[in-house]
Amino acid sequence: MPILEVKKLTLRFGGLTAVNNLSFDMDENSIVSLIGPNGAGKTSAFNCLTGFYKGSEGDILFQGQSIFRQKPHKITKLGMARTFQNLRLFKDMTVLENVMSGMHSRTSAGVLGAVLRLPSQRQEEKKIRQVSEECLDFVGILDKQDRLARNLAYGDQRRVEWARALATHPQLLLLDEPAAGLNHDEKDQLVDLIRCIQKDLGITVLLIEHDMGLVMKVSEKIVVIDYGQKIAEGTAEEVKNNPKVIEAYLGKEDEE
Amino acid sequence: MHAMTVFYTIIQQLVNGLILGSFYSLVALGYSMVYGIIKLLNFAHGDIYMVGAFVGFGALGIFGNALGIGWLGITVALVISMVLVGFLGIVIHRIAYQPLLNKNAPRMSLLITAVGVSFTLFNAVMVMTSGEYKAFTTSLGYDGISIGPINITYTQIIMVVATAVLMLGLYWFINRTMYGKAMRAIALDQDACRLMGINVTKTISLTFFVGSALAAAAGVMAGVYYGSIHFYMGFIIGLKAFTAAVIGGIGSIPGAMLGGLILGLLETAGTQLPFVGSAWKDVFTFGILILLLVTKPTGILGKSEIERM
Amino acid sequence: MVYSVGFKDRVLETINGKKTRAFFLSLLIIIVVLLPLGVNNYVEEVMTNTFFYIILALGLNIVIGYAGLVDLGYAAFFAVGAYTTGILMRYGLNFWLTIPIAVIFCVIAGIIIGGPTLRLRSDYLAIVTLGFGEITRITARNLKITGGASGLVGIQRPTIFGHKLYQITDFYYTFFILVILAIIVSLRIYHSRLGRAWQYIREDEDAAEAMGIDPVKTKLYAYMIGAAFGGVAGAFFAVKMTAISPETFAFTQSAMILLAVILGGMGKIPGAILGAVFLVFFPEIFREIGQMRMLLFGILLVIIMVFRPQGLWPERKS
Repeated sequence: MPILEVKKLTLRFGGLTAVNNLSFDMDENSIVSLIGPNGAGKTSAFNCLTGFYKGSEGDILFQGQSIFRQKPHKITKLGMARTFQNLRLFKDMTVLENVMSGMHSRTSAGVLGAVLRLPSQRQEEKKIRQVSEECLDFVGILDKQDRLARNLAYGDQRRVEWARALATHPQLLLLDEPAAGLNHDEKDQLVDLIRCIQKDLGITVLLIEHDMGLVMKVSEKIVVIDYGQKIAEGTAEEVKNNPKVIEAYLGKEDEE
Repeated sequence: MHAMTVFYTIIQQLVNGLILGSFYSLVALGYSMVYGIIKLLNFAHGDIYMVGAFVGFGALGIFGNALGIGWLGITVALVISMVLVGFLGIVIHRIAYQPLLNKNAPRMSLLITAVGVSFTLFNAVMVMTSGEYKAFTTSLGYDGISIGPINITYTQIIMVVATAVLMLGLYWFINRTMYGKAMRAIALDQDACRLMGINVTKTISLTFFVGSALAAAAGVMAGVYYGSIHFYMGFIIGLKAFTAAVIGGIGSIPGAMLGGLILGLLETAGTQLPFVGSAWKDVFTFGILILLLVTKPTGILGKSEIERM
Repeated sequence: MVYSVGFKDRVLETINGKKTRAFFLSLLIIIVVLLPLGVNNYVEEVMTNTFFYIILALGLNIVIGYAGLVDLGYAAFFAVGAYTTGILMRYGLNFWLTIPIAVIFCVIAGIIIGGPTLRLRSDYLAIVTLGFGEITRITARNLKITGGASGLVGIQRPTIFGHKLYQITDFYYTFFILVILAIIVSLRIYHSRLGRAWQYIREDEDAAEAMGIDPVKTKLYAYMIGAAFGGVAGAFFAVKMTAISPETFAFTQSAMILLAVILGGMGKIPGAILGAVFLVFFPEIFREIGQMRMLLFGILLVIIMVFRPQGLWPERKS
């Protein structure tokens, strides 16, 4: 059974159809990329998957269960985490606190526990810390855990986002343009990291990306969309040579 | 006979509701205009209305000897109040709100500032009037048209007409003049307006001027109509005018007009309901507001906001 | 001067040091505890009043400072607490038993007001809470059980371990203990999973939601806990005053508590305390201002928001 099945997903804003009848699915523990020219509807589709937009029609199944039009926090709790294209860190909190947010949906201590400092609550706090530190270690910035998120270099802020998403214990991780703003070395490290996430942690990854080099390098399957519709699907090689894809990116010759 | 009594009651209440609705509309307009342009819930707007009533009262006291306390005197007092309170609106905008807008402060800061302005205005008037009711004495009588037991005074008719004239004037101003166009443009995109050479701050001030002047007009008319004014009169009407603005769709000018009338009618109808009565009428209004905010926050004529992100 | 280099830094460091802070804090507590031995009833009365506002300010601070939600009708919760205790005691219930009931009623009130409205934008929430405050006051004025416009009178004094609380010194210590409890509860919640969730939502609601935090539920908790603070304060207020009336809980009251929180600095416990102290002490020290008090408070609120929105208490640097 595929971990994610998108079935005839359509999203309309008033008269505009941002996503049109999009269908694809993802195998467990694979790396899939969703690509397309600017304004093709990638981010809209992404936001439908994560619950930030309410799709108009269709269905989305995550591990066989429909998450169509579900609230974002519920989707996260089911095991699907996301990052944001333009970093959305909690800037005035420390790096560690940022990552601790990911553990929220995996813990349960309430008001009474906190006020009375119950043993179960203290245990849980310890666990939250420990997992968060592990996640920071995994992305390689454990030494910066006490810095304020806003004071970090851009590349490190990206890492905080990844650690934060990993702390939610996802089965499926959705990365929205993770390479944006990274330099060459950082991009190479990103490729390694995505592979580690897949291999070592057993997490399935869906990638939205502009950087073709990166996409071609890591993806096992690529879905290409244009004007909200799927125009191609397949391995890197297949997609690269697909005339429709070339046309979407470069335009038709007679148009010039 | 019951049917006739009920019919007369309905007509009479309709008239009362229309008058009340006119006041709500005029105040709601200011709320909606300011909200439309800078997304600020101008909490002090109800107090502006109250200050308007007191300025009108003062003006009538000064000019009443020369002009009389009939329609002429009242009209002059109304105009004076509109102009002075309009400027007060500008002063408030420049001192309290613009510095925060410049800093791009969070919405909550603006809101709390507005609460502070409201607090300042009504306590200032309280101190000046020692918290007493003032009798708004005029020489207008109770002459009017009588149809059966229904009484409609000339005062009531003139008030509704005056409200209509002010609203038409506003409609013309917003849609036909350069300033009105600038206001609408700023409501859509401030940065673009700045690039196009529109003086944004000045236009916002102008919006405050117009909104405050309309509220002042409503304040003076309410003073004339009810015969007494009080420093606390703006608090409840501020809440209600906001309700009216939300009913019509906040940010929408025709919406504010419509919302005010609807609320005025609803409220007078509400006082006739069993279990509501006049003691509970404010609870009834807030009930409507909360229900509406929860079920249809965009109101009747409001545009739905694009979803987040 | 020889020691001028870095002198200021060193002084600041000493003042901010953990040990120094603990020292000053203990000193403050000792002074407050011993104070009734050396001062007259008037001072004790003022102090008790201050303690009372500190509790309310700490409660509102949870809503507005921690969760970042506007509440302009906070006095309503305090009213629900006071009336619940007043009415139940009239039916012969022991004061101490009325407290949990008052808290439950307040929490329910918090859910009623917050449940349907927390999805709304902040400015709508402001108006709804204000409307809710007014509804509470009008209801208290119109119902028979609440004593109508004249309110409840002759509320019994409570007894603890056979000792009847009726002297001002009794209430001085009672409210002081409540302040300490309120501070501990505030601190512990703030440094917990829930406290962090409020911070996340305040900083970036979308990101918080993406991390699996339910914003509506989390905000509702802020309302419930803030309401509970108000409920406890209200219950003790009722037995201290022995009489309550609807006008005690008018908008002015809510605005005063709001000012206390804003003045000291939203989200800061020492700030809320400082704000409440100022609020009570200022008009006592400058008696001649009389009616001008509220006017000055209004102006002050604007000045603070324009020039120092983070409040008077300094930000701690990390």
